[in-house]
Amino acid sequence: MSVDLRRLAAGPAVPVGAVVLALAVGGLLIAATGGDPIDLGGQIVDRVLLDYWGISDLLARMAPLLLAGIAVAIPLRAGLYNVGAEGQIYMGGLFATVVALRMPDDANALLAITAATLAGALGGALWAGIAGVLKARRGIDEVVTTLLMNYVALNLISYAASGPLKAPGAPYPYSPEVPDIVRLPLMMADTEAHIGLLVGLAVAVIARIALARTAWGFGVEVAGKAPGAAHYAGIAVGRTTIIAFALGGAAAGLAGAFEVIGLKHRLFAGFASGYGYDGLVVAFLAGGDPVWSMVAAAFMALLRTAVTTLKSAGLDATAVTIVQGLIVLFAASGLALQRHGAFDRLFARTRPAPTQPPASASGTASASGTVQP
Amino acid sequence: MIDLFTNPTALADLFATMLRLSVPLVFAAIGGVFSERAGMVNISLEGSMILGAFGASWGAIAGGSAGFGVVAGALAGGLLGAGFGIATVYAGANQIVAGIGANLLGLGVAAFLHRLTATGRAAENRVPGFADITIPGLADIPIVGKALFATDPMTWAAILAVPLAALVLARTGLGLRLKAVGENPRAADVAGLSVRLYRLGAVTLCGMLAGLGGAVLVLSQVFLFTEGMTAGKGFIAVAAVILGRWSPLGAAAACLLFGLSDAIQLRLQFANTDVPYQLFVVLPYLAAILTLVGLVGRSRAPQASGQFYRRESR
Repeated sequence: MSVDLRRLAAGPAVPVGAVVLALAVGGLLIAATGGDPIDLGGQIVDRVLLDYWGISDLLARMAPLLLAGIAVAIPLRAGLYNVGAEGQIYMGGLFATVVALRMPDDANALLAITAATLAGALGGALWAGIAGVLKARRGIDEVVTTLLMNYVALNLISYAASGPLKAPGAPYPYSPEVPDIVRLPLMMADTEAHIGLLVGLAVAVIARIALARTAWGFGVEVAGKAPGAAHYAGIAVGRTTIIAFALGGAAAGLAGAFEVIGLKHRLFAGFASGYGYDGLVVAFLAGGDPVWSMVAAAFMALLRTAVTTLKSAGLDATAVTIVQGLIVLFAASGLALQRHGAFDRLFARTRPAPTQPPASASGTASASGTVQP
Repeated sequence: MIDLFTNPTALADLFATMLRLSVPLVFAAIGGVFSERAGMVNISLEGSMILGAFGASWGAIAGGSAGFGVVAGALAGGLLGAGFGIATVYAGANQIVAGIGANLLGLGVAAFLHRLTATGRAAENRVPGFADITIPGLADIPIVGKALFATDPMTWAAILAVPLAALVLARTGLGLRLKAVGENPRAADVAGLSVRLYRLGAVTLCGMLAGLGGAVLVLSQVFLFTEGMTAGKGFIAVAAVILGRWSPLGAAAACLLFGLSDAIQLRLQFANTDVPYQLFVVLPYLAAILTLVGLVGRSRAPQASGQFYRRESR
């Protein structure tokens, strides 16, 4: 396999173009509702990127987004769609809270944090593992199961926070605060930016190496692109499916754990609302690459942080959801056109040999179509 | 719980609730069947439903009657379906990925427009919806009478849409061509069918039907649009399509099953106020997952489902 420089250069161009186009639409929407998008853009840069507190907010949001993106990206490599990062984050938060609340105040901080973190990863892995097992053993569409399980998880958390884990005498359904000893140290003094992001960055690098440089990663890739060939080559596709899902879920579970022990310090319904779905955007923007997910997560964190600025300018923050949806649609369309050589034809350069798979290639929805850039 | 099945009034109530909760799902699921039979996995039903719900609310208020709401709801859902179709059929975007994007877009646009148009006064946001039409005599039939013959027009539209969709798919040239496009697009193409046009048409119709499903929520049930009011119903409809093995009758049966589990959970919720409601709320979702586990192993999706068709690759 030789490195195709032209492809490499063309790689980020399409997602970036999709983002720019979607932002332009967002700008039009803001203009339509009486805002000044240019001025607002300047305000966002001032308040988020050039401000100590803004940067800390951005970093605090980037941690769960990056981990949620990895939760989608790992199964994606195996040709699987994990639409359940949302639920896996909730379950990670639940498991981490249960462990964190049982920590004595005089416990060793490192041990306590590690225990809560691992519990969170376990919670996410188990929740995602169910969908993996159903897919591997019964062939049940993982998109539907992971989606439906999000609603089950949300209600489980809501139940836990209003029943078994409810803080005594609390006016609203939330758990007691976790002890100081399990709280994540901060990256920036007096802010909300905790070290969860550093763990997320490390997980991204490890995931990239595992996927790109190990025999396991190669197996995942083959299982994703050609399950028939993988089976023939002695790769246990079913086991790969379950492991890819469990690892993805573990990353999401970490996000949930960090959200509790790093930021919110207690459990309540919807404590990490929307991060799982944003994780999908992160993963697809990054073409399923954990390292590019860092860039995509930073961008999505910027969008999320910008919501505060939008609101303070009296504008409607739902424009951000529209922009996200457009980014996914534009990026998915653009990458497909690129893969099929449409841009090459458009610019009438030397056309590379067509690499698209024949339309009759392989069976199910999840086995077809890859989202690599 | 026991008297639920022995007491005729309670049973009639349960039946009526089941039907009412199934109707939005039935519209969306029939749409899903058309889409999937044409080879398009469409998980953007949720987005089309919420847009349909908003469209219906806006249309009914602006036009002053439920009829405008139905049209606007179907159009709003269909627009998203067409957008999804252009991205997947013409640009070749992955159907699952584009479906996720379309769901986000539908959710965002519905919320955005709602906040733009809704006024602070609740009375002005109330939607002129459908009233129940009671057919004397028939409505007195025990158990099913009240549910079937003292109901709103949308319920009847749903009941009629199921056999109509089955008929179209099984007995008309249009249905045959749609299925050909979904089973073997290359053969359909060789036979002179425009695969892309049929697929775009199928997902647009699918979006319109899902939009109608959302419209039912507003026009027949809640009489008010609220953000996130579809709460995963579109995804349950997707599960119903699979569970019903890609047939309108099967999908409708699956919707009734989900409606029944939803009706039972509501009943249990009100009867057991000391038990946390969340434990009941999850029942329909669990029912959907468990029935998939129990039943789906033996079914087969349309051959070309989920695959991009590219003419040049012939």
